[in-house]
Amino acid sequence: MLDVLKIAARNLSRYRRRTMLTLLLIIIGMVAVLLFISVTGSFKSMMVGQITDSVLGHLEVHRKGYVASIDTLPLNLNMKPGAVTKVEEALKQDPAVETWSPRVKFGGMFSNFTETTTIRINGVDPAREAATAPLLPGRMAEGPKGGALVEKGQIVIPLLLARGMKVKVGDTAVIVATNRDGSVNGKTFVIRSVTEAISGPGGRDGYMHIDDARELLRMKEAEVSEIAIRLKDPAQLDRVTASLKETLGSTSGKSPDPAAAAASAGPGVASAGQPQLEVHTWADLSPFASLARMIDLMTVFIKVVLVSIVLVSVMNVMVMAVYERIREIGTIAAIGTRPSRILSLFLAEGLLLGVIGTALGTLVSLAAIYAINLWKPHFAFGQQSDLVMAPTIAVAQVVTVALLVVGVAILASLQPAWKASRLDPINALRHV
Amino acid sequence: MSLVIAEGLTKTYRAGDVEVPAIKGADFVIEPASFVAFVGPSGSGKSTLLNMIGCLDHPTAGKLTVLGTDISTLDRRAAADFRGKNIGFIFQDFNLVPVLTAYENIEYPLIMVQEWPAEKRREQVMRLLKAVGMESQADKRPDQMSGGQKQRVAVARALVSNAKMVLADEPTANLDHDTAHHVIDLMKQMRDQFGTTFIFSTHDPKIMAEAETTYTLEDGRVLSSSHQPEVAHA
Repeated sequence: MLDVLKIAARNLSRYRRRTMLTLLLIIIGMVAVLLFISVTGSFKSMMVGQITDSVLGHLEVHRKGYVASIDTLPLNLNMKPGAVTKVEEALKQDPAVETWSPRVKFGGMFSNFTETTTIRINGVDPAREAATAPLLPGRMAEGPKGGALVEKGQIVIPLLLARGMKVKVGDTAVIVATNRDGSVNGKTFVIRSVTEAISGPGGRDGYMHIDDARELLRMKEAEVSEIAIRLKDPAQLDRVTASLKETLGSTSGKSPDPAAAAASAGPGVASAGQPQLEVHTWADLSPFASLARMIDLMTVFIKVVLVSIVLVSVMNVMVMAVYERIREIGTIAAIGTRPSRILSLFLAEGLLLGVIGTALGTLVSLAAIYAINLWKPHFAFGQQSDLVMAPTIAVAQVVTVALLVVGVAILASLQPAWKASRLDPINALRHV
Repeated sequence: MSLVIAEGLTKTYRAGDVEVPAIKGADFVIEPASFVAFVGPSGSGKSTLLNMIGCLDHPTAGKLTVLGTDISTLDRRAAADFRGKNIGFIFQDFNLVPVLTAYENIEYPLIMVQEWPAEKRREQVMRLLKAVGMESQADKRPDQMSGGQKQRVAVARALVSNAKMVLADEPTANLDHDTAHHVIDLMKQMRDQFGTTFIFSTHDPKIMAEAETTYTLEDGRVLSSSHQPEVAHA
């Protein structure tokens, strides 16, 4: 086989210009695809990072039906303490989970004593929320960025609301909320800080201490609207989601006494063996997931373009190679070369084109990615500006694209190689 | 045992609805280690005969036995294997692979056809290069060689896999007179050295005089044969 490859390499070198042109096309295609994957991958991971690390976490657990009504932040679909304990036990047992943050969410009225507007409030444990959404403390447009996210008696409000209501850090405001039973309660808070406007869900959310939220809502027990979860490695998202769905979905269904389990867990867990908790990934909850999917789709499209480039260029060069070497093919067939051997010779030429083009394309792509990282171009995403583009590419992606190119190069050589192997030696020897 | 036996050998080509007879019932026998020429004008059927003897084409009728094998029974792959093992070819236009050196051209059948191990290949190629007097030109590519040198390399390539028979279709047509005689001499030397049968076609009377056995063809028929044990040329 090595000898066949050697002869194939010689054959490619005899049509140097054509070979170089084909290699150039493959290299350009490889560079375009690998750069696109790395740059869009960088943009996508940054975008996803902004969403997960500022607001959502990587995944969230809710009581069944909560997400379907999430716009109204229904208080009657909060998880009871028993359900929360079950979730926390499951999270503690999964080593991929870094931390989690229980939240109490509700809609209320924000009053600066002269005007009133609506606000969505997240009651959070400041330390746990900062650990679960680590970019959140750094997104304070006004007020302290360090220290606790929010303390009891304080509130963090979004920038749009602060501007609209003409309030600033240190001002006092009243939050009025209606609890599950319909009774109205109000509490005065000091504005601790103002957050940047965050794109997507959570962009108009304010924060207060979870104890203040429960007090304001006159909760008799430590209910939770959602539990946001942060993973050590976001790549584990699918596995952890599946694992949590299985664990939480069967919490009471597999209990030897479902009724007792449901009673102890409360209405948030399960009844009659039906899962009463839902696990959602950030992609289920954020409209920006469709943007991420669009990037993935565009990557597929770019790969299709690459396949077309390689297919057409390699097939073209191989068709020409066969046409121009018909007499030579006739000669090697006449001296006893088997058709399969002739086929392998031309396939080897396609293989070499693919391998050399892939190797050079990969080198140029990696150099370009390195250069972009040195250059550090800045860009904006939503309200976030001055984000640095730092493209990276996984070895698996490079290997996938390389295998794709080599495979397509071989595929493109197949028809001309087949034709060469089927040539009649007599006719081929007569060819002028 | 005779090397080639043709009995009522017929080959007819079809051009649309028209049948064109190329060989019309030829009978001949070729013995091992002989030096045979098929002579005749263009279109007399020389190349068609050589193609059939070389298992590149099948007879339409009659029987052609080469080295004890009825060539009509060989399919495409079996014919390729048969040629690779038993038959060498020399072409009018030399038909060397342009990207390969003289050494590599001679080595080519041992790689692509017979898959000999490298060391054995090297020994055999060097033996043939020496035999055809091209040792010093081993690294030259065809575009760096004269016509005579190319044909020497072609002779070596035809013999390298220990062929029992070498078929040469107009091997001297593209060579000047002296070079043509040198090539014919070389072929004879190779026949003497390796015991290989050489069968060639020509329409050059001076070249055909070098053959020990001559079959004259006209319009697809073998008109006559002549045999002269040894011919020396001036």
